Amino acid sequence: MNYKRLDQNDLKTIRAIIKEEERILYGEEINEEYSHDELSDTVSYPDVVVKVISTEEVSEIMRYAYENTIPVTPRGSGTGLVGASVAIEHGIMLDTSLMNRFLELDENNLTITVEPGVLLMELAAYVQDRDLFYPPDPGEKSATIGGNISTNAGGMRAVKYGVTRDYVRGLEVVLPDGKVVEFGGKVVKNSTGYAMKDLMVGSEGTLGIITKATLKLLPLPKKAISLLIPFPTLEKAIRTVPFIIKSKSIPTAIEFMQREVILDAEKYLGKKFPDSSADAYLLLKFDGNSTEEIEKDYANVAQICLEQGAIDILISDTNEREESIWKARGAFLEAIKGSTTYMDEVDVVVPRGSVNEMVEYIHGLYKEVDIRIKSFGHAGDGNLHAYILKDDLSEEEWENKMKAAMDKIYGKARELSGQVSGEHGIGYAKKSYLMESMDPATVEIMRGIKRAFDPKNILNPHKVCQM
Amino acid sequence: MNILVCIKQVPDSNKVEVDPVTGVLKRNGVESKMNPYDLYAIETALRIKEKLGGSITALTMGPNQAAGVIREAFAMGVDHGVLISDRKFGGADVLATSYTISQGIKKSGTYDLILCGKQTTDGDTAQVGPEVAEWLGIPSLSNVSKVTELKAGSMVVEMDMTHEIEIAEIEYPCLLAVDKDIFIPRLPSFVKKQETKDREIRVITLADLEDREEKHYGLNGSPTQVQRIFPPEVNNHREVWNGEGSELTGRLLSKLKELKFA
Repeated sequence: MNYKRLDQNDLKTIRAIIKEEERILYGEEINEEYSHDELSDTVSYPDVVVKVISTEEVSEIMRYAYENTIPVTPRGSGTGLVGASVAIEHGIMLDTSLMNRFLELDENNLTITVEPGVLLMELAAYVQDRDLFYPPDPGEKSATIGGNISTNAGGMRAVKYGVTRDYVRGLEVVLPDGKVVEFGGKVVKNSTGYAMKDLMVGSEGTLGIITKATLKLLPLPKKAISLLIPFPTLEKAIRTVPFIIKSKSIPTAIEFMQREVILDAEKYLGKKFPDSSADAYLLLKFDGNSTEEIEKDYANVAQICLEQGAIDILISDTNEREESIWKARGAFLEAIKGSTTYMDEVDVVVPRGSVNEMVEYIHGLYKEVDIRIKSFGHAGDGNLHAYILKDDLSEEEWENKMKAAMDKIYGKARELSGQVSGEHGIGYAKKSYLMESMDPATVEIMRGIKRAFDPKNILNPHKVCQM
Repeated sequence: MNILVCIKQVPDSNKVEVDPVTGVLKRNGVESKMNPYDLYAIETALRIKEKLGGSITALTMGPNQAAGVIREAFAMGVDHGVLISDRKFGGADVLATSYTISQGIKKSGTYDLILCGKQTTDGDTAQVGPEVAEWLGIPSLSNVSKVTELKAGSMVVEMDMTHEIEIAEIEYPCLLAVDKDIFIPRLPSFVKKQETKDREIRVITLADLEDREEKHYGLNGSPTQVQRIFPPEVNNHREVWNGEGSELTGRLLSKLKELKFA
């Protein structure tokens, strides 16, 4: 595809649409952070960054870009991990972070309508103050809700409550040619044609630009209690998970963590974790309407853990205790990042029943490939985050070993009927693994969908299913 | 080492509301928990016991349901529990409370070391600990942020006095009111909770005390008269200025001078 390189004329048109000069960054004014996301080494500058504030602006920019075949890359907080928000073909970057208004809290329908730039932490706090609950809880709280929808982010409550997709009711979307459409709505049920809303969720900014989202809310559970469960070994901890799943009691989260990662987090936060004496931990969270109800819920699970070799079951039942644990859990990614020179990540997901096999495989891999790998994750939903650390390796050693480790991990995930990404997406960095794992016929359908939405291929090119 | 830890049950909320008409704290429907500062006192006791051996007793004063915090202390590793409870103790101010606790302590045993949290999150006076020491006639230190050395007849501690750290050596028996973060409190253990679920909690009533004069306890023994309780005023005053950096800097400086901050 031959794209038009942005010139002064285009800039003039953009200025006419946006009107406020401070919302346009051009050339030297473009900060380095706009050239990459939080992790992947995909680096490319846009020609211009436009901080949009309304659907109309997005629509007009898209119409102009479409007519002139200028590539456009949408971006929220830039906290992605796979390069989805990097402007590979340069052109225009649409920064939606100023579109951060809460538009409507509909208490009759238990929905909230927001602009895409609202941050996850702002949304969570806003609804919690009104005794309501937005369950998706990815670790990165400063991500935008638009970004969460674009990757179908999962997070730490997926075991009980599901993922972002399950909470998106309706979307206002600007199509690549500038048309504004609505997918879904406030309705609870919907059998009206193809599930366009669901096609948008997880499309990583390749099909359209989300300008409004209507999200489903739940009543806020009155009380939550976590159990921090020390085990003598990682194997013992992770092998307990299938028993917990089978027990039919439903924690909101089942996370596993190793001592080393906890120590990294203590160092990063400058704050001690309530316990770091054991090699491995499971962290379970239960919610409900009263302490008694939750205690009854977890008694059975606690017994199972003890039978499987847990050293103890530690109870976190107050806000202070919850904060000391979950704040550290939320900082794991940053803490690991701080413990090395550079790293790359794997976000595989396997069927829940196979999670122990996958974790043990990754744990054993560092010996086989001779590279440091740290992992933690959502044991209860089968989604694992493994971080391959560069440390003092030379570029060449790093490339070779990292590639070898990745190939093995994705290979094992395939063997266990797993998928390439559980919640971070494919973006730019994971395309080759998607191609390897997906049926070519399915990839062709994906490309057909992309063509139907974006026949000129101007919106976020080279991402997901495109080479 | 025989250690006593004084603990208290408080409402589990950061936003305790005050009834604007009666001036009384609205406690209905609010779950309760152990005063967060007391967790640090318990942890300090457990760490000292791990080094020197001995036994730890947790003591609280309150209605029957206050036994809940003693059970929690058991689940953290505390050995014995004492509940000072009598209707006649109700409505006590800091003076009557500290007197009642000191009487209860005398009755419950002899201790080398008494630990308290620096303050509670409901009353916030930070006075009960030191007053208990006064009634018992033993030395006390507050704001203890670090235990530096444990000796045979004394200990060396650091106190965080906001602008400086004070180091002191104190002889047993003594009372220490510990600051938060002296140690990170361990979480209660489910296993210990099960093991101690039938452990006896000793209840001490007015009839058990050395001084049984009712006038010295509860509302009768409290010289403090509460006129009114009200939530503090919230100052949300903000000013927004627009303009050039250099101009705003000057304006900011004169504003700070006007407010006597600079």
